[in-house]
Amino acid sequence: MSAGGDAPDSLPVNIAALHGVHYAVDDKVVLDGLDLEIRRGDVTAIMGPSGTGKTTLLRLITGQIQADAGQVVVDGVNVATLNRRDLYALRRRMGMLFQNGALLTDIDVFENVAFPLREHARLPEPLVRTLVLTKLHAVGLRGAAQLMPRQLSGGMARRVALARAIVMDPDILIYDEPFAGLDPISMGVVMRLIRSLNDALGISSIVVTHDVQEISQIADVSYILSEGKVMASGSPAELREHPSPLVHQFMEGLADGPVPFHYPAPDYRQQLLLQREGA
Amino acid sequence: MSLPRELASGLVDFLANAGAMSRFFLRVLVISPSGLLRPRLIVEQVYNTGALSLVIIMTSGLFVGMVMGLQGHDLLARIGSEESLGIGAALTLLKELGPVVTALLFAGRAGTALASEIGLMRATDQLSAMEIMAVDPMKRVVLPRFLGGVIAMPLLTAIFVAISLYGVQLIGVQYFGIDQGQFWSEMRSAVEIEDVREGLIKGFVFGVACSLIAVYEGYHADPTAEGVGRATTRTVVISAVSTLVLDYIVTAILL
Repeated sequence: MSAGGDAPDSLPVNIAALHGVHYAVDDKVVLDGLDLEIRRGDVTAIMGPSGTGKTTLLRLITGQIQADAGQVVVDGVNVATLNRRDLYALRRRMGMLFQNGALLTDIDVFENVAFPLREHARLPEPLVRTLVLTKLHAVGLRGAAQLMPRQLSGGMARRVALARAIVMDPDILIYDEPFAGLDPISMGVVMRLIRSLNDALGISSIVVTHDVQEISQIADVSYILSEGKVMASGSPAELREHPSPLVHQFMEGLADGPVPFHYPAPDYRQQLLLQREGA
Repeated sequence: MSLPRELASGLVDFLANAGAMSRFFLRVLVISPSGLLRPRLIVEQVYNTGALSLVIIMTSGLFVGMVMGLQGHDLLARIGSEESLGIGAALTLLKELGPVVTALLFAGRAGTALASEIGLMRATDQLSAMEIMAVDPMKRVVLPRFLGGVIAMPLLTAIFVAISLYGVQLIGVQYFGIDQGQFWSEMRSAVEIEDVREGLIKGFVFGVACSLIAVYEGYHADPTAEGVGRATTRTVVISAVSTLVLDYIVTAILL
């Protein structure tokens, strides 16, 4: 399934890599010496319990935030060293699918997909039209070109956002929770699109998700993050056999385990007795 | 917290906000030339902030003018100078009431619309999506809205003053029977071009202030429903206070 080995010799094997990355918000450590490599041409899944820094990782790769320490390298370039112009040049080679689609609500589907083209390329209108309709056709929504974002279902909005993300033919496609809140049909459609677009366009995909079953069907490599570090990595099959109780809990979706079901609280019996005495 | 400490904390917050807004304003000024390359976006915002505010501006202007007609006539009748109603109304409207009331109405209609629109774009990741698409939201979203507001405000002020004067005339001439020729000719002879200029300068200054506050508050809104609501409220409150403070400062400079 992987296309990682097909990368030409002149290109780095990894499309992105994080080396010893620390990131904290106020006093809360989000990433704690994270090391992670994303191979060119792969669909790479980033998983882990909520609050383990998955979305932060995406924001570091896209240069929206800077690491407190360590290096974030994208396509051979240290993101922290880029000025605004170079960062924008790098971003033109990225596409990102936000959890809610993040479509511009004041323009229709066609204009949403055409937006990056109109901003960055001075193309004749017939060519813009052809490109937009091609991308909309790829996600199955050519017929919805004239609809406004408010007229779309969650799954359709996600697919339009995907068409917009690929309209500039990016090298990297980043997905933030692409399956969240979708019905099984939409989920299956988005899942197949991630894989087929990755292979057809020869790009690299990074997918942050909680949906273990779905992503296991399409990911080449998966990373499980916990407490700001990589807890485990490998193919979905390797992760299922992993000895770590946390990985086992996550892969099997168990309610209790190393990640406790209950938020830290005083002993329940004592709390009830204290309440009774107080009354 | 003790009162002096609260006051000190409030002052520090105020200065921090003022500093942040000044930096934001400088950035808007620096990128302003790039806005001229996209005139269509500015024209759209002149329509959104200006044309869509016309009904409220004209309706308010008419009634403000009619109230001025009633009150002015009552006042001037006591000293037997009813025919001076046109002069008094024109100078008051051109120099003070027109720009100030227009700015307050602008903040309430267009300012809140700008702040909530940009705040919602922040809350729904539209601004982040633009950043990822290598499109600067300051240039694509903030600048056209700011410039649209700055252009629209003096125009709205002029329309407000014109409609208000019509309202004054309606009451003074049509209702109280002041001679129409005397009403207009006395107004023409008393009003100087400097008076018109003062009104337009104030309209421009208030337009810069109200538009800046609206786009700043929207752009920095917390990405939640509560955050957008708070940004909208702050837009109205800060715009209203700033308008009155700036009115004093500009008047003191121009007089």
